[in-house]
Amino acid sequence: METIQGSEPRMPDPAKPYPVTVLGYPAEMIGPKETYAKVSEQIAGIPLKHPRPMFWFVGFTFAFSLFLMFCVAVTYLVYKGVGIWGINIPVAWGFAITNFVWWIGIGHAGTFISAILLLLYQKWRTTINRFTEAMTLFAVICAGMFPLLHLGRPWVFFWLIPYPDTMSLWPQFRSPLIWDVFAVSTYFLVSLMFWYLGVMPDLATVRDKARTRWKKMVYHISCMGWRGSAVHWKHHQSAYLLLGGLATPLVLSVHSVVSFDFSVAQLPGWHSTIFPPYFVAGAIYSGFAMVLNLLIPIRRIYGLQNIITTRTLNNMACVTLATCWMVVYGYIMEAFTAWYSGDPFEKHMMWDRAFGNYGWIFWGLMLVNCVIPQLLWSRRVRTHDIALFFVALSANLGMWVERFVIVVQSLHNDFVPSSWAMYYPTKWDVMTLLGSLGLFLTLQFLFIRYIPMISISESRELIAQRKEGQL
Amino acid sequence: MIEEKPSPAVLPEPQIEYEEKELYGLMAEFEEHEELLAATRRAYAEGYRRMDAYSPFPVEGLAEALGNEYSPIPLFTLVGGMIGGLGAYFMEWISMARLYPLNVGGRPHNSWPNFIPITFELTVLLASLSAFLGVFILNRLPHPHHPVFNVPEFERASIDRFFLCIEAEDPKFNLEQTRKFLEGQKAHKVTEVME
Repeated sequence: METIQGSEPRMPDPAKPYPVTVLGYPAEMIGPKETYAKVSEQIAGIPLKHPRPMFWFVGFTFAFSLFLMFCVAVTYLVYKGVGIWGINIPVAWGFAITNFVWWIGIGHAGTFISAILLLLYQKWRTTINRFTEAMTLFAVICAGMFPLLHLGRPWVFFWLIPYPDTMSLWPQFRSPLIWDVFAVSTYFLVSLMFWYLGVMPDLATVRDKARTRWKKMVYHISCMGWRGSAVHWKHHQSAYLLLGGLATPLVLSVHSVVSFDFSVAQLPGWHSTIFPPYFVAGAIYSGFAMVLNLLIPIRRIYGLQNIITTRTLNNMACVTLATCWMVVYGYIMEAFTAWYSGDPFEKHMMWDRAFGNYGWIFWGLMLVNCVIPQLLWSRRVRTHDIALFFVALSANLGMWVERFVIVVQSLHNDFVPSSWAMYYPTKWDVMTLLGSLGLFLTLQFLFIRYIPMISISESRELIAQRKEGQL
Repeated sequence: MIEEKPSPAVLPEPQIEYEEKELYGLMAEFEEHEELLAATRRAYAEGYRRMDAYSPFPVEGLAEALGNEYSPIPLFTLVGGMIGGLGAYFMEWISMARLYPLNVGGRPHNSWPNFIPITFELTVLLASLSAFLGVFILNRLPHPHHPVFNVPEFERASIDRFFLCIEAEDPKFNLEQTRKFLEGQKAHKVTEVME
């Protein structure tokens, strides 16, 4: 039995590839043999040396092809109009808003991990925060496109921004749709600033590791000539913590504002006070699932198991499970409220949701979003990366279907039976959805190729803290 | 693994070419952050003031040891947040209640509960922006050319070494004595930094 001063005793278990605590849980936040130089070399080596080029080129080509498909779909959309989508009256929102809500939800994990867990002193976040923040940025980019494309005339999107125009018109500030504009753009900008502050010292590491003049120059400019001065660190840390504090209510507000788009409307199935917390929990749920989906393959392919340890995966799986139950609670309360309100329209909506035209989708949703993730109760699933990958995939799919059910099923069957209509997506809907995935993955591939994907300076801090016996 | 051998392109230029180069300071290299912290505290106690410490990760108490107790970033953030919040509400009020009064659902023109979300978002945005810009303004970044980069060993300041640089401008600076002082602080190596 090997012990580290100040930490729990760890029992090496021959059956497990990772060190465990006495309770059998994964013990390490960062591999036991890491030094400052080693983590710097390993992480900064990925952008500099470009290991596993085959994986990268094949993956990037695949992602970029999907992105090109997105470009085709969007070009045709701008040329022809939103009529190429399956939307109609009453289902005016369709895939576009489903995708918007799904993507923005995925973005939430990044800020949750980097801001809320920072304030809660959850040190295991250290090795994954950079990656998830980048994921947030890319997800918000994908999300932001959909409402704009759905405008019908996306080229006049700037009418949403308050500016003193020649027509003396102002946006309608009482509308949740305008709140969305502010919430999403604030979220993107704050995430970008938070991410850049974190990445700046690591770009300096890449600069100092680089061995060609060209690379040195590019990274030197992109890190603004960071030199690691103690006074710089002090201002940097102060701003980083404050941004964490500011991003914490922000991340909770963004999906709340998105949920206002629904809950402020009168529609049965939308007009509900549970929406803001229910949407935020769902957002963090799908976000963690997406982080797991991206991180598990990358961790294996780039051999980062020593830095992103099984303990980190285990913790993420626990958060996923917890948020899964919040979402399940949301489902239960939705049904309960529909019944308890006694409102015939609400009751009809709930009945139609489960047994109506889209009933099979609802039961599929229950399976992938509520039943399959229960596998995470098992520690073996939580620490087995392939199993975890598939559970996370199921949750991701489930959250997309949930948004679909909320948007489409509620709209297609509103108050007046004469206005009821089915919604069927067209190939353009599907192309835009898959294409946005391509955009997301393209950005993700560029990120892992050119920017250190794990925070090197914070990994060093973890090592220093372990040296001092604080971990 | 990153190749260790530096290519000729990045070796430091031969320094003899520059006639008027001046001494910027003396730089001591340490292997552990505790050593750097202790040395900095001792240098401050000795009376050195114009100095800076460099580390690959934030070391708690290091800026304080350099005599830098206070960071105005929180103040920047507060002021930015207040401007953002008040500005946002003012924008909503002036446009909805004065410039283009619009009756939506019989609500008052100054329907404040509807104005809260945007007020909140812009408070956060402006507060974050001022914290972010504050870092660059207070740290005088971007700053691509700095004398410390002339020391070849300084490359490791972003990897695994800790540096203390006492600047020649310090009134107490004396090449011999300062060097002796730094060498007495468990420094791995002491180098002269040229402008």
